[in-house]
Amino acid sequence: MAKRSIIPFGPQHPVLPEPIHLDLVLEDETVVEAIPSIGFIHRGLEKLVEKKDFKQYVYIAERVCGICSCGHGMGYCESVEHIMGIEVPRRADYLRTIWMEMSRVHSHLLWLGLLADALGFESLFMEAWRLRERILDMFDATTGGRIIFSVNTIGGVLKDIDDSMLKTLKETVRDMRHEFKPIVDTFLHDYTIQSRLCGLGVLSREDAILNGAVGPMLRASGEAIDLRTLGYAAYNDLMVMPITAQDGDAYARCEVRLKETIMSLRMIEEAIEKIPSGDIAVPVKGNPNGEYFMRIEQPRGEAIYYVKANGTKNLERFRLRTPTTSNISPMLRLLKGCQLADVPLLVLTIDPCISCTER
Amino acid sequence: MGTMSKSPWLLHYDASSCNGCDIEVLDCLMPKYDIERFGIINTGDPFQADILLITGGINSQTEPVVKQLYSQMPEPKVVVAVGICACTGGVFKECYNIKGGVDTVIPVDVYVPGCAARPESIIDGVVKALAILDQKQKDAKSGKTAEADDEAGGTNG
Repeated sequence: MAKRSIIPFGPQHPVLPEPIHLDLVLEDETVVEAIPSIGFIHRGLEKLVEKKDFKQYVYIAERVCGICSCGHGMGYCESVEHIMGIEVPRRADYLRTIWMEMSRVHSHLLWLGLLADALGFESLFMEAWRLRERILDMFDATTGGRIIFSVNTIGGVLKDIDDSMLKTLKETVRDMRHEFKPIVDTFLHDYTIQSRLCGLGVLSREDAILNGAVGPMLRASGEAIDLRTLGYAAYNDLMVMPITAQDGDAYARCEVRLKETIMSLRMIEEAIEKIPSGDIAVPVKGNPNGEYFMRIEQPRGEAIYYVKANGTKNLERFRLRTPTTSNISPMLRLLKGCQLADVPLLVLTIDPCISCTER
Repeated sequence: MGTMSKSPWLLHYDASSCNGCDIEVLDCLMPKYDIERFGIINTGDPFQADILLITGGINSQTEPVVKQLYSQMPEPKVVVAVGICACTGGVFKECYNIKGGVDTVIPVDVYVPGCAARPESIIDGVVKALAILDQKQKDAKSGKTAEADDEAGGTNG
């Protein structure tokens, strides 16, 4: 019988940009149990709806997380719009979709870079983040912000993209697709990456469903669920194909995110071709009264927004279930039985976003 | 330039930030800005760090962690608060779990405003921190106390 020992992992750890704490129960080098303790980033944002009015809260919702900022703003705005019965102009829907897909590209490239860094593949890390800079530059050019750009508002968007900027954006995205090819090839065919990722942390399809995995984590286990097929915003006009892989290991999760990035770049191009002209926002009168559930596909998976309003300017309740919250349970499933040296990599493959989780 | 500021090592900790400033801190190391070419290294080890970059406001759970990290760093050391949340609490000031900016628990030398702080302003803040680091080293050699260097640095970034 091997001796049991407990190793604390985090909250401050070189591989983690964000604090999460795990107590790893080890038998020799093998992890038998991982006990998470979270709450390092808890700010209490849901409670803030009582202090800010429902229009101001858009800015708070966008600051739930810096990486998924655009998506959270969009999810919150669409929920309130549904309660108030506001029909958003079609151009605003398209603009939201374009920014949302750009966010997905930025988020996935960020993750791919962090993965390469965790493998010790420094040059690939730099390559992925260099490409990501181009998306950030386009955010800067179209909205004025690099990370948190606050373009969503109840009833539409705050900023329009003119035709010449749309053309530049389309050219940039096309360039990026070409530049992304060698990165994809390295990730998928490099011998060192294959030998590190293939067969590591296998999550079967049954386990993924049973533990409530969402997003790329679920799709890498072979379940084709992508909420963009529901057709919110302008997604009903665009071609959305859920991307899946069968193996459910770390390599499959990497593959799904690579292919999703390519699909998102295509979708941005398609949206720019189809974007109609017209207004970008409608005026909002009165206060919301009612409740609504909204589901959208964030870069990390399914996010659920619940808004309950009572006719005053302050909402009664805002609830947000973020993708990482539901991905923590399958992550703990993966950690059981893995080697201690694989823990940082396995934690990374769920693409954890702690500030979303703890709000 | 003193010996310390030629190759300062950074320690980055996310106190309760939304991630925005954290990825901008990492962005400073990327090909576009590439501060590593000046010998600045992002280390994960507080025992080897000279500059502590903190993002986000302080809540009850991160408070002991921040204090511990600060106490583990060797003298002389400089603290840079990155982003408006680290400076004052920002939009999260009214949240029930936020105590306020980083200066409520440890002394802060440079404040970098912005939501999210842009890489240019983070680099600017670190450059200001280098001057303060040199001054602190000089003071330590000449036997002055740490309080005296507040007026020497010129703090706000």
